[in-house]
Amino acid sequence: MQGKLSRFNITALVLGFAFLYLPIVLLVIYSFNDSKLVTVWGGFSTRWYASLLSNHLLLDAAWVTARVAFISATVATVLGTLAALALVRYTRFRGRFLFSGMVFAPLVMPEVITGLSLLLLFVAVGLDRGFLTIVLAHITFTMCFVAVVVQSRLMSFDRSLEEAAMDLGATPFRTFIHVTLPVILPAVVSGWMLAFTLSLDDLVIASFTSGPGATTLPMRIYSQVRLGVTPEINAVCTLLIGVVTIGVLAAAIVNKRRDIQRQRDEQAAAQAN
Amino acid sequence: MKSLGSIRRSFAPWNDPQARPYISFQNVTKRFGDFTAVNDLSLDIYEREFFALLGASGCGKSTLLRMLAGFETPTSGRILLDGQDLAGIPPYKRPVNMMFQSYALFPHMTVEANIAFGLKQDGMPKAQIAERVAEMLKLVRLEQFAKRKPHQLSGGQRQRVALARSVAKRPKVLLLDEPLGALDKKLREATQFELMDLQQDLGLTFVVVTHDQEEAMTMADRIAIMDKGKVMQVATPAEIYEAPSSRFVADFVGSVNMLEGTVTSRNGNSVVIKGNSGAQISVENAGDAAPGADVAFAIRPEKIRVTSKRPETAANAMEGEVWDIAYLGDMTVYHIKLGDGQVVKASALNSARVSEDPLTWSDRAWISFAPDAGVVLTR
Repeated sequence: MQGKLSRFNITALVLGFAFLYLPIVLLVIYSFNDSKLVTVWGGFSTRWYASLLSNHLLLDAAWVTARVAFISATVATVLGTLAALALVRYTRFRGRFLFSGMVFAPLVMPEVITGLSLLLLFVAVGLDRGFLTIVLAHITFTMCFVAVVVQSRLMSFDRSLEEAAMDLGATPFRTFIHVTLPVILPAVVSGWMLAFTLSLDDLVIASFTSGPGATTLPMRIYSQVRLGVTPEINAVCTLLIGVVTIGVLAAAIVNKRRDIQRQRDEQAAAQAN
Repeated sequence: MKSLGSIRRSFAPWNDPQARPYISFQNVTKRFGDFTAVNDLSLDIYEREFFALLGASGCGKSTLLRMLAGFETPTSGRILLDGQDLAGIPPYKRPVNMMFQSYALFPHMTVEANIAFGLKQDGMPKAQIAERVAEMLKLVRLEQFAKRKPHQLSGGQRQRVALARSVAKRPKVLLLDEPLGALDKKLREATQFELMDLQQDLGLTFVVVTHDQEEAMTMADRIAIMDKGKVMQVATPAEIYEAPSSRFVADFVGSVNMLEGTVTSRNGNSVVIKGNSGAQISVENAGDAAPGADVAFAIRPEKIRVTSKRPETAANAMEGEVWDIAYLGDMTVYHIKLGDGQVVKASALNSARVSEDPLTWSDRAWISFAPDAGVVLTR
């Protein structure tokens, strides 16, 4: 039964993958289109990639996006980790249930509402909209994702590790730095990467909270597309897809290797016993 | 009372009224919400003692250990260590170290780094740390595994790393929470003796929590039997086994026959008990049993003789029927059903390969025992 590919399974698989990836494949193919018309194939060319290098508007926007993503992911990781610690560890404080619910609310909150409310807040406190406000907004909405990821790791964390560290003379702070943090580090890193990607491709919240002089790449692409899709946009998107693919593949390969190594070690230890 | 069993050395500070206890629990109570884990408990442990807390799970033994380590604070009462009240002292400032049931080895550190962790916290110079770590690795025979991570070790090796890490700082007291629980039977027996040797060599005070009575009997100088947050009896293994103070302790440790009855007469230290079956039992060393008291006569199976005819000289003898026979190789356990329906267990060592007088199912049989073979329990 298992492992066999019936004709039905193959059809389902092909249709499913086509549904997911056909648009992306088309986009990548047309980024190498020599013609200026997006939908008409004019032969293979890489000229749009070359012209991309001289498009300062796009390059600037990419640089802004990278900085926003880096700063906001880093701050969100710190805050999200702390929130997760508080929620998992101090299980008996009043209103804990309400708090944990509130941390996760932004996960399901429509982005339009998050963006609008932040805009209203920034206007109310008189903060000039620009780079800083985008960063703040991105911290707000990515923090809860980090908290979720780190919290799930902390749930399975063996508390006796921390007790052992304290028993051996480590203060709570040193225990956190030398024992807790290294053990939950994989979750913290994946939380950071999640926050980074979320910030990278956010359009809605950035549009609400940005001001003149601070335009992110998704915003720039969106505004250019409204004037008509150029093959240049296809080229930018292909590059973005490339970066994301490489990142995902690298992470998967590293994880897989570590798993294999671990299994081998454990088998060796069991045999030595 | 006659001396009970030989203790492995003359170490017995608990009998010396001059000796000062090293660890002292004074009326300690610990509640978790409505649940009372430890209930008004007082207990003294002496320096260099190998002390075992024995009880079923949930009896409060682990809570007691965790209060000593500083992970739990008593709801009321005091804990003294070497005369110093431990209240308010956090775990990282207490001169006790603990070996955890799960071992709690730091997964991201090598064996070496795990052992060195506590020494680093004390700010010991690097050269000295390296020296001490090497010494500890030698002690637990893991020299060639220094660079390994915990997941690259077998269960027995992990246990030894945990042990080395917890004694590396030369704590005054070592607390061991089910130290052998995760090992298989063969390894456990070998490790018991290793632990005893280690405790002797380093001259430490050990407090070990266990639910395994054999483990406690083998290793400990004294055992505290705990139930429902209270200490039922504190005594040497031999005393616990031969002179239990209550029905609970007699029943908890080893196998026992309980003959319920009423004291009919008392003469000095001897009493006669009229059993519920009607049989008379005469017993020496009656404890505090007064005439008229409802008591249990507790006797271990190996103290009872089984014969096919009534023995001529026995002080106590009762007739019954062979109900069941369990042949265990080194011994045979007979289940003898008495007149009132109570089944008494009696074990006989198979010192000969072939028995002269084999008893079999449904035979009439006599059980007999000496007047000092059991104890009278009033509680």
